[in-house]
This record gives sequence, structure tokens and C-alpha cells, in this order.
Amino acid sequence: MSRTVGWLLLAALAAAPPLALAAGQPFYVDILTRLVCLAAAATSLNLILGHGGMISFGHAAYIGIGAYAVGIPAYYEIYDGWLHLLLAVACSALFALATGAVALRTRGVYFIMITMAFAQMVFFAVVSIEEYGGDDGLVIDIRSEFPLVDLEDSLTLYYACFAVLLGTLYLVHRLVRSRFGMVIEGARGNERRMAALGFAFYRHRLAAYTLAGALCGLSGAMLGNFTNFISPEMMDWTRSGELIFMVVLGGTGALFGPLMGAAVFLLLEELLSGWTIYWQLPFGLLLILVVLFARGGLAGLLEGRRG
Amino acid sequence: MDAGLVAAQLLNGLQLGVLLFLLASGLTLIFGIMDFVNLAHGSLYMVGAYFCATLTEATDSFLLAVALALPATALVGAAVELLVVRRLYRRDHLDHVLATFGLILCFDTLVQILWGPEGMAIRLPAWADGQQHLPGGLVFPTYRLLIIGAGLAVAAGLYVLVVKTKLGMRIRAGASNPAMAGALGIDIGLLFTLVFALGAVMAGLAGMMIAPITEASIGMGNEIIITAFVVVIVGGIGSIRGAFVAALLIGLIDTMGRSFLDMGLKLIIDVQAAETSAPALSAMLIYILMAAVLAFRPQGLFPPKAR
Repeated sequence: MSRTVGWLLLAALAAAPPLALAAGQPFYVDILTRLVCLAAAATSLNLILGHGGMISFGHAAYIGIGAYAVGIPAYYEIYDGWLHLLLAVACSALFALATGAVALRTRGVYFIMITMAFAQMVFFAVVSIEEYGGDDGLVIDIRSEFPLVDLEDSLTLYYACFAVLLGTLYLVHRLVRSRFGMVIEGARGNERRMAALGFAFYRHRLAAYTLAGALCGLSGAMLGNFTNFISPEMMDWTRSGELIFMVVLGGTGALFGPLMGAAVFLLLEELLSGWTIYWQLPFGLLLILVVLFARGGLAGLLEGRRG
Repeated sequence: MDAGLVAAQLLNGLQLGVLLFLLASGLTLIFGIMDFVNLAHGSLYMVGAYFCATLTEATDSFLLAVALALPATALVGAAVELLVVRRLYRRDHLDHVLATFGLILCFDTLVQILWGPEGMAIRLPAWADGQQHLPGGLVFPTYRLLIIGAGLAVAAGLYVLVVKTKLGMRIRAGASNPAMAGALGIDIGLLFTLVFALGAVMAGLAGMMIAPITEASIGMGNEIIITAFVVVIVGGIGSIRGAFVAALLIGLIDTMGRSFLDMGLKLIIDVQAAETSAPALSAMLIYILMAAVLAFRPQGLFPPKAR
């Protein structure tokens, strides 16, 4: 059931933007572009949080790293898109590898806190570098340039982001069903048993953590291209909290869960913020209610599972 | 280096340290006793500051306002515990993080509804609003000295409460083994509510003390709460003594790092590089410390003795 809804949602996302433009509503293309980027980021988080049981509270840092991998070269008037993407993926992967190597030695709440601490380090480092705007952020005047593809066109940009989402979903899907995915899922369920079975799951976890960071960096690069303006605020710890919320709202460990979570999150944000400036109050209440009463998230509800 | 400047920055670091202690002591109690991760602790800090600001305007006396705002903040804390937190003790840390993240959104918006989006300044009474001439020719604001004194007094009071009184004995019993304490006839439910309210009071007090300097503003707790978590982790979860030492240590490291790191770096690397890297590095110092503690001594510097 949740698979069907996920496919329908993907189909709708593939078809909607040209329709929105035809109906003279370019605003919706913007919302959908943001949705697709955040869904890709949440899907990458789901790989480690949902499947691996690693509650990373610093995932927004990779969005920031990816975005600045576009913004800083653009600041020096280097607009080569492939270079931007390479930088975004490589820097995110390196940061994830280095911090993951330390963080994955800890468990439980310590892991939550240390991932948050590493994200805060990036946040404050960017805030204090005046050259790249510091607190005020950085304007990207020209988007990444690719041969044959023009990201300045809003539809093209949208489909580029959509392609990143599809690629992320496919990769996570394949990984989770592989032997590698079995190991990280098994280690989430029972570490001792996995160790007794002879799996050195630390390395698997580190690989998954690095890959999730790299994928999120890629979606961050797309998001930076879309917003044209990047600031440390993109990696504030509350942003990491929102990513976790999307994953949990959709349903941890379900392939399309983060996509559904991101869709509902942004839809609610749009609806509620159009309705009242105090939209965060119902939003926060909803978050509490989801935690208290709907443990399986949307995917769980669709499957008829409960808490 | 100017000795007077160093002394003044030492005092500033001490002042930040005692504020962090007030926040972290409640966090570490709630963490250690209920095994609950409370991101919304910073909201109680904010609520305390707003209560105090309103009551100062109403009563025209800062001290009276503090005396009235403390029990009011305790009531808010108790209500939060009874309505939301209580249902989550048996859940995992991910649920704690998400639900209290929802609480932050609710609190921030409620404050915006009740007090408006602008911050509220608190005017200090004349006796607190001056400068003191300290031995050695040092001039330092009276109010900041009062914060240090009051913070240290509260720390001493908390020590007496936890170590010398019957309530403290119950709190310690609850911390080392809640199930056993319950079996021996201690009302664990009531104890948990009391501890949560006690934590709220101390967080609120910290907010009240800082508000005359920074003014009460929405989201004021969201940044310092992360630092308070760093204190809790570095000190050892559940340890008040650890929280005290770690709070002072982190207050001093953060303040001294921001003031003097560039000078230190200039001795090692060239001036230009030192001036650009010092702000970023000093903002990251406490997180580096936390990562190091977690990597080499995951139980914290002063873990509680028996668990």
C-alpha cells in the first residue's frame, strides 16, 4: 500500500510542474523543487536512521556543505557544474567519514549529541568566515553550468533535482536489499548477535554513514542552486530536527517514507503558514501527536500497522 | 597581553559558566534520573525570562519579579511533564528528541502570541546597575558579579539539597535505580515531576539572570541549550558535580578562546592565517572538546559513581 502511494506520488511529482506552469502558477514549481531536494536529503538520512538505527542529529550539515560547495566556487566565478557536484559529494563524504569514524564509536544519546556537535562545528565555522558572508550568507548569482542543460530554466532545474531524488531512492533501495543492507539492519536489531556472527559492522556503518552524507551533500548542492542564496541557517540544528521529523513522519525504514514525510511536511508548512503567522504552533502540536500516537508514520498507517 | 583584560575575560567566562551550570544541572538530573533527552529545556529558560520581564514591569521590582517568576516557571515545567514528557519515558531517545523539538516550536510560537515578536528588555534596579572597582584596578559591571555570586550560591544550595536532605536522598535513589526506589515506597511519578519542575526553575532562573543583559527574546534558549548539552556530556550524564566543573570549564574555554585564540595562533602560524582562522576555530573549541571527551572518555569527566 505505501509502495503504491509512493509510486503515485512520484508520478504526480513528474507530471505536476509543466501543468503548474501551464496553469500560470510558477510558484508551485518552486515549492515542488524544494520538496524534491528535501525529500532526497531525508531519503539519505533514512538510510542511516531508518535502516541503520543511527540517529544522526546533524544531517543538515551536509545540506550546508553541499550548498557551499556550489556557493564558494561561484564566489570565485567558477561555475562548472560537474566541479560543483564533485566538490559537494567529496567534501560531504570526507566530513562524514572523518566525523563518523569518531561518532560511530558511541551509542544511544551520545551518538545523537556528537553528530549534533559536529554539525554545530560546521555551522559556527561558516558563521565566522567573513569572506563568504558569515552570518549573512552568500548570494549565488549564476547557477551551476552544465553542457546542454540550463539550470536557470526553472523546469530544467526541477527535473535535475527530481533526477537526484530518483537516483537517491534507487541507490538506497538497492543498498538496503543487498548483503550490505542486511548487515546494517541486523546491527540495528542486535549488535551482539551480528558481532557473534562475525560481521565487523563498524565498517559497514561507517560506509553507510559516509554514503548518506555524500548523497545529502548532493541534494544540498541542488538546493543551493535552487535558492540562489545560501546561509549558515540551512544547517542550523533545528534544520536537522526537521529532517528527522520528515523521516519519522513518513515512516522510518520505508523506501518512500521520507518522500511522503517531506511532502506532508512542506504541504502543511505551506497551508498553515498561509492560514496563520502562528503556524508553528499547530505544527509543533502535530509533531508531538505523531510521536505519541502514530509510531509507524504515514507508511505505517498505510500498511495498517500501529505504534 | 594586558593582565586586566585577562582578568575581565576570566570573570566573563565564569559568568557564562554559572549560567551554563544552571541550565545543565537540570538537564543532567532529568537525563540521569528519567533517562530523558529534553531539547525543550531551553524553552523554560526563555519562559523564565519573559515571566520575569513582565513581572518586573508590573511590580517595578526586579527581585520581586524573580521571586514570583520562579514558581511560575516551576508550574510550567510541571505541566509539561504531566501533559507530554510523562508519556515518553518508556520510549526511545528518538521520540524524546522529536517530541521536545515539537515542544520548542509550540513554546516559541506561544511566546510570540502572548508577548509579540519583539524582545523584552528588563531594566535593572539602580543598586545593580553600576560598575565595581575590584582589587588590581579592575572595573567590572556590578550585575555580572551578582550573576556569578547568585549562580555559585544556587550551586551550593543544590549541593545541600541533593546531598543533605531527604528529598535529595530520594532523588539520588531514583537516579541510581528507579525501579528499586519505587519498590521501596518512593512515589516515582511524583519524584519525576518534582525533578522536572526543579530543572525548570533553574533553567528559568538562568533566563531571568541573563535577560537584563541580552533582553528576553524568542528562541533565546535554542542556542545555549546545545552548549548546555555539551556541558552535560562532558561532565558525565547524571552528575551534578560533573556539570558544575564542565560548565565552568566550558564557560572559560569559550570566552577565553574567543578573546585570545588569535594571539596564541599568531605565535605558531602567520598573522594573516591566524586572523582568518581564529574566529572559526574558537567557535568550534567546545565542540572539539566534546568530541574528544566522547572519543576517549565516553562516560564523561565525572560520571556518577554507581548506576
